[in-house]
Amino acid sequence: MIPSEPKITPELVAEHGLKPDEYERILKLIGREPTFTELGIFSAMWNEHCSYKSSRLHLRGLPTKAPWVIQGPGENAGVIDIGDGKAAVFKMESHNHPSYIEPHQGAATGVGGILRDVFTMGARPIAALNALRFGDPKHPRTRHLLAGVVSGIGSYGNSFGVPTVGGLVGFHTRYDGNNLVNAMAVGLADADKIFYAKATGVGLPVVYLGSKTGRDGIHGATMASAEFGEGAEEKRPTVQVGDPFAEKLLLEACLEIMEAGCVVAIQDMGAAGLTCSAVEMGAKGDLGIELDLDKLPCRETGMSAYEMMLSESQERMLMVIAPGKEDEAEAIFRKWGLDFAIVGYTTDTLRFVVKHKGEIKADLPIKELGDEAPLYDRPWVETPKQQRIDPASLDITATVPGALERLIGSPDFASKRWIWEQYDYLILNNTAQRPGGDAAVVRVENGPKALAMSCDVTPRYCEADPFEGGKQAVAEAWRNITAVGAKPLALTDNLNFGNPEKPEIMGQLVGCLRGIGAAALALDFPVVSGNVSLYNETNGRGILPTPTIGGVGLLDDIEKMATLDFKAGGETILVLGATTGWLGQSAFLSEILDREDGAPPPVDLDLERRTGDLVRALINDGLVTAVHDVSDGGLLVALAEMALASGIGATLAAPPPEMNPFAFWFGEDQARYIVTVENSAKALVARRAELAGIPFAKLGTTGGDRLNIAGERPIVVDALRERHEAWLPIYMGAGLM
Amino acid sequence: MKAAVLVFPGSNREGDVARALELVSGVKPAMVWHADTALPAGTDLVVLPGGFSYGDYLRCGAIAARAAIMEAVRAHAARGGLVLGICNGFQILCESGLLPGVLVRNARLRFICREALLKVERNDTPFTRRYARGAIVRFPVAHGEGNYTADATTLKKLEDEGRVLFRYVMPDGHRDDAQVLNGAANSIAGIVSEKLNVLGLMPHPENHVDPQVGPTDGRALFESLVGVLEKA
Repeated sequence: MIPSEPKITPELVAEHGLKPDEYERILKLIGREPTFTELGIFSAMWNEHCSYKSSRLHLRGLPTKAPWVIQGPGENAGVIDIGDGKAAVFKMESHNHPSYIEPHQGAATGVGGILRDVFTMGARPIAALNALRFGDPKHPRTRHLLAGVVSGIGSYGNSFGVPTVGGLVGFHTRYDGNNLVNAMAVGLADADKIFYAKATGVGLPVVYLGSKTGRDGIHGATMASAEFGEGAEEKRPTVQVGDPFAEKLLLEACLEIMEAGCVVAIQDMGAAGLTCSAVEMGAKGDLGIELDLDKLPCRETGMSAYEMMLSESQERMLMVIAPGKEDEAEAIFRKWGLDFAIVGYTTDTLRFVVKHKGEIKADLPIKELGDEAPLYDRPWVETPKQQRIDPASLDITATVPGALERLIGSPDFASKRWIWEQYDYLILNNTAQRPGGDAAVVRVENGPKALAMSCDVTPRYCEADPFEGGKQAVAEAWRNITAVGAKPLALTDNLNFGNPEKPEIMGQLVGCLRGIGAAALALDFPVVSGNVSLYNETNGRGILPTPTIGGVGLLDDIEKMATLDFKAGGETILVLGATTGWLGQSAFLSEILDREDGAPPPVDLDLERRTGDLVRALINDGLVTAVHDVSDGGLLVALAEMALASGIGATLAAPPPEMNPFAFWFGEDQARYIVTVENSAKALVARRAELAGIPFAKLGTTGGDRLNIAGERPIVVDALRERHEAWLPIYMGAGLM
Repeated sequence: MKAAVLVFPGSNREGDVARALELVSGVKPAMVWHADTALPAGTDLVVLPGGFSYGDYLRCGAIAARAAIMEAVRAHAARGGLVLGICNGFQILCESGLLPGVLVRNARLRFICREALLKVERNDTPFTRRYARGAIVRFPVAHGEGNYTADATTLKKLEDEGRVLFRYVMPDGHRDDAQVLNGAANSIAGIVSEKLNVLGLMPHPENHVDPQVGPTDGRALFESLVGVLEKA
């Protein structure tokens, strides 16, 4: 408990993460010294997480529109039209810092937050994905973080009842002090029943729903806790605690009162809790909001207005209820055993007024809280370009089969089964493509439509060339969705970077955003939602720039879905797209030669689009039997994955004589897919590729139980599988089961 | 057939099992809220679905076993009515005394979602008559507490009376208690009551009924029930 409100001093202002000039801006805006509660409100609204003050300027350049986009960035989640009166609602959000401090709860509440963003809009969550980055496996904290994050994601999603169907996991020493947890959720709604935060109507009740408010998460995104020592022993840790059971009840209750026509506006209480949700509802609707904190359901006694306004307790919602619907809404919430309290009203004053125990604790201009937040055009420098690597200059002692065996058993490529088996990926009975494929595929209701989704980014590329890396992240998500036969529709981006006050880090952000924008535009793959996580830095060293892209696409007929496993022996294996042997920033270079340098592979967006369109058409016309995109690891890793998924081997021709075999097998040229074709379809597929102007080459033929590369030692598929499956369980000390 | 699916706060596979029942029987089951005190008139089959009833923060299924609707379920079972408990439903049946034993945390202390191979030990029950005796079927599991445990006397009684209906097996069809995925005693995946009218099982037959999203080995369980009830 805070006995009395502290005096506003420069130190207190600094502890709230506000710079002196930002504080001056506050004084000018309100014409007086803020109260302690008001200072807290400003710090919550004006921190990087809520205001996007470093990134906003550059986010404006992203393409956000398409005929099928119903709602772009700016709401809780993006919304796209998928036909038949249905909409897909999705977003990805980071919970990086909390997941480092307390991995289980940090990751769990990250999942909870993103699910809430989706069902706040009236959508029932139908799939969850997550993109995870951990430090070097040899770092003493990595195992603990991995175990905690995975159990946290599993415990929340499994209990809530959403299938966790896909994602990615990567390791790099640059994440040693800052692991990343990017959680994505996808929901399904009726396209004409989307709910928004914008309040309408004066004098309507503002209703608080869900779990009670406690002292957890008060310092939230803004503060280190230092100066609040007097009350510290009574405060919960700054990481919130998740309750998936409460969230499941909240979901059912929210969807029920939406269906009953009770809801005018709705906003979940996420970062900055009550403050952010109330201000957004009012500001978006050009209305004032008056809150009476005496009515707030609290978990503990003696909470101050400051604490209530800044608490980040989980599983809470704020709503404006339609006139005369209070009783009906309350009855539904009581049925689900949840708190329901009228905590305020909409007003026509455009003021955000907070009352507590007969005192006015805050009285601020509501629109300016958001609109007048600082906006920075931070100085930035372009990342210096790196040279293209000439394969002939490399001193390679490995053999091709030896390099494949090492790569396939290395942390980044090893099977992540140990992780995804802890997630319920089957619940709701719509999971048509389980973890391990190019994209997860989830059927829409009873079909035949399905959604395909994928999370992608190659941080090494982004660090070496932010523009090309940003392009590549978008292209790879687009490619993965294409590889199952779906048409990519839109993406959500989760931008994880270091300290934007450093010009070189800001340069990474700017470069990646330009690349993302260019690719999104060229591929008709607009950005509909996203999240920015900056200051991912420890001891002055930032993470690799990691703009995770979460893509969503539509498959018209689930029966036509493609999968990556070889289907039978005796089929022709083709690669579509050009192979030049690009080794710069490749996994081969990093894992086998222990160097991360050179220019990353460029993405030709026109070729990317045409190649993808051809592959999708081939899948739709039933001309290919297996499809896999070629990404990091190159051709041979992709072929091995197709063999591992099926148990069927292949006989592969030697590389063209003019090419370095390592560059051929492990180069990471973009815009490529491997397909298998029955003999009867061979000529037709070749003709289609020629007509589309897409280069293609025959790699070999499926069959047998090993990968036989001409002139190389055979690789037994089952032995390769053992390597592939072994690393993670052994690393986690779990044995091979 | 009239089926009723119970819904506890925190149930989350009620929709999956309702869909499976409708797919096989053509009739939507009634969804019955935990606070109700009676089953719909003429209910033939009661299903307790998977999930985390009341959050399962206490021993799983312990609170649900004391829900208002459970009195009606006990009475239904006592009359010989059919009861099917899947996953959390199996845990609730054990906690409510309708089946013996208990489900504890998986031996490796982790949640596990995986396809499991099961042996159908007998096909003279209302739940399994559409399977061949000894058939090996593939159902998925998705649980953190599916490790079936009972005292030696109870286990012996279950085995002697042939009440183990589903058993986890290795790919060669034999059970291996040391390798079983969740540590279950005698590799038990599902058991029936003395009168063969109450089945509890951890794996999810309702998630393997639809060829669009996977194998269909679970379908025969629901077809068995529909067949039995149509004859009756």
